[in-house]
Amino acid sequence: MFRKLTLTAAVALGLATAATQVSAAGEAHVEDFDFSFEGPFGSYDQMQLQRGLQVYTEICASCHGLRQVAFRNLHDEGGPALPEDQVRAYAEFYEVYDAELDDFRTATPADKFPDSALENAPDLSLMAKARAGFHGPYGTGLNQLFKGMGGAEYIASLMIGYEEPPECAPEDFDGYYNTAFAAGGFPESCIDEKGKHMVPGSWIGMPQPLWGEDVEYADGHSNDLHHEAEDIAAFLMWTAEPKLVARKQAGLTGVIFLTILSVLLYLTNKRLWAPHKAAAKRKD
Amino acid sequence: MSGIPHDHYEPKSNGEKWLNSRLPIVGLLYDTLMIPTPKNLNWMWIWGIVLTFTLALQIVTGIVLVMHYTPHVDMAFNSIEHIMRDVNGGHMIRYFHMNGASLFFVAVYAHIFRGLYYGSYKAPREVTWIIGMLIYLLMMATGFLGYVLPWGQMSFHGTAVITGLFGAIPFIGEALQTWLLGASAVGQPALNRFFSLHYLLPFIIAGLVIVHIWAFHSTGNNNPTGVDVRRTSKEEAQKDTLPFWPYFVIKDLFALAVILVIFMAIVGFMPNYLGHPDNYIEANPLATPAHIVPEWYFLPFYSILRSFTADVWVVMFAEWISFGIIDAKFFGVLAMFGAIAVMALAPWLDTSSVRSGRYRPMFKWWFALLVVDFFVLMWTGAMPAEGIYPIIALIGSAYWFAYFLVLLPLLGVIEKPLPVPATIEDDFNDHYGKPSGTPAE
Repeated sequence: MFRKLTLTAAVALGLATAATQVSAAGEAHVEDFDFSFEGPFGSYDQMQLQRGLQVYTEICASCHGLRQVAFRNLHDEGGPALPEDQVRAYAEFYEVYDAELDDFRTATPADKFPDSALENAPDLSLMAKARAGFHGPYGTGLNQLFKGMGGAEYIASLMIGYEEPPECAPEDFDGYYNTAFAAGGFPESCIDEKGKHMVPGSWIGMPQPLWGEDVEYADGHSNDLHHEAEDIAAFLMWTAEPKLVARKQAGLTGVIFLTILSVLLYLTNKRLWAPHKAAAKRKD
Repeated sequence: MSGIPHDHYEPKSNGEKWLNSRLPIVGLLYDTLMIPTPKNLNWMWIWGIVLTFTLALQIVTGIVLVMHYTPHVDMAFNSIEHIMRDVNGGHMIRYFHMNGASLFFVAVYAHIFRGLYYGSYKAPREVTWIIGMLIYLLMMATGFLGYVLPWGQMSFHGTAVITGLFGAIPFIGEALQTWLLGASAVGQPALNRFFSLHYLLPFIIAGLVIVHIWAFHSTGNNNPTGVDVRRTSKEEAQKDTLPFWPYFVIKDLFALAVILVIFMAIVGFMPNYLGHPDNYIEANPLATPAHIVPEWYFLPFYSILRSFTADVWVVMFAEWISFGIIDAKFFGVLAMFGAIAVMALAPWLDTSSVRSGRYRPMFKWWFALLVVDFFVLMWTGAMPAEGIYPIIALIGSAYWFAYFLVLLPLLGVIEKPLPVPATIEDDFNDHYGKPSGTPAE
């Protein structure tokens, strides 16, 4: 009986977890992207992170900060892995506030990226972990089970989610219509009698940042909107979870060693109990 | 120490004799580890070791985390990120601790439901059961306090909701809430004291765990048949039991290793699966998350809390008879704590003379329904309180209470139990004597 219940429990736990991600109001459209860092063996694509860094630097950085990330992290193994001299040169583009000098000075690799330049622009360091991602076709959350939190998918979907406002909305409605953004303003005129949203997404304060061909990639990678969106999302996943590769390696090592330990303990246990189980057989 | 007759520690060397006459610590450890244990224990008897291990894991990882954490409203969130990014191995330690809480609750729920099915709570193990319930309550408190420390959005607004529950208590509620928070709202005083208590409570839990083990070492373990170990002589007791070391230690360690494979996979490959994305946003008192949901292990009781709304007739009746003192909010709080209280009272509510659910044909099904009910409540607790969910939650809550308050007393009277094996030895021999080796449970 307990075996059946355990199985039910596992399924129910999965459903309950998935359910926590369901929002009460409108729904947003988050697309599934195949990122290199998904799955137990996935890791960051170094070139993609460097391209994403370029998009961040040339587009996002004018408003958004990355306060949790230090410039020296750009040199880290498993991350963009820029050479040290490039990191130093890159940091010099930035001015940071120094409390000791009580003034701004040129950044060094030990400093962190500055806070957001625009007051109401959220910091991007943790964005990829602070948003729910693609939930799979039935919202079971099982996709997350295998691919992690999935916030990078949300970011990429947001980048390509800008569309012409739907006809139901008043023309002067505040913000920009985005199919992937759930938390923004929503006009009353787009809500039907049952309280359901007639169109996905909502109106976001940020004007469309990427249009395609915004940056020129040095590695010759395609710079259409879809690719730029993927690159910035991958980069922001790295800023949110810089130790992802090390973590998965540790996880895999742990799983392998514990599996071996389990087998050894299983055999030990079997051997240990064998005489007593044999005795039971004789008596019966 | 144990009531079951068995060999006791005899110091052999002069050194051992010297120590034993001054501090009988080796003898105490020997008797604890060599306790005669029913040899028919099944795989549901492994959770004790899993829980002990998890408590140790949480304390050890927690102590390291404290070395790098700053309990200040402006620095707490960033200090967690410092742990995740700059502390050597900090990201693993933190993910172990974070998911360790979930492992702890998976194990404790399995352990509790094991006890409920096999009647482990029944005489003479009531004290073990009550101490277990106290440990469980402290675990919930510790889990909640710990969730506040990262000072994310869910931490902050969850704290406001949970301490608000105490505010629902008539007359003293508001004063009590202020006393708990150290201020009229969630802020620095709350973070400081929650941090202090989060460090303290695990050690109280550890103390209670020792008492918990002491209690069942006096009564002896329960077992899947619920039949007592024969205590008439050492020889007879030995037919029913095997010493805890090495037989059960190795068995439990095997189970623990398998569970840790899964745990390691979760920590390594999807450490945030059981968390909320919102908690990676720093706490902001001015922006409330759209959907405040507690951690999964609180969901069944959170669901019970929410299900008793003002339009439920029991709530209306309670409000009328108490002249409005018990309103819907306070009723919900009472129901939530009541749901745990009725579980703690199970030893006195269950009237059946048979311990194990294995020999109770009717009980079996009601128990299965209780387990299903638990997961239904977990599910409704996670859903928004609208549409069909409040009704399902209300039915689920009603069944939870009905199981303990109506079914347990009633079933003992009307049910005709199946014959119970005469001894544990019989059960063990039956089980392993069968050529096919089909498991009895």
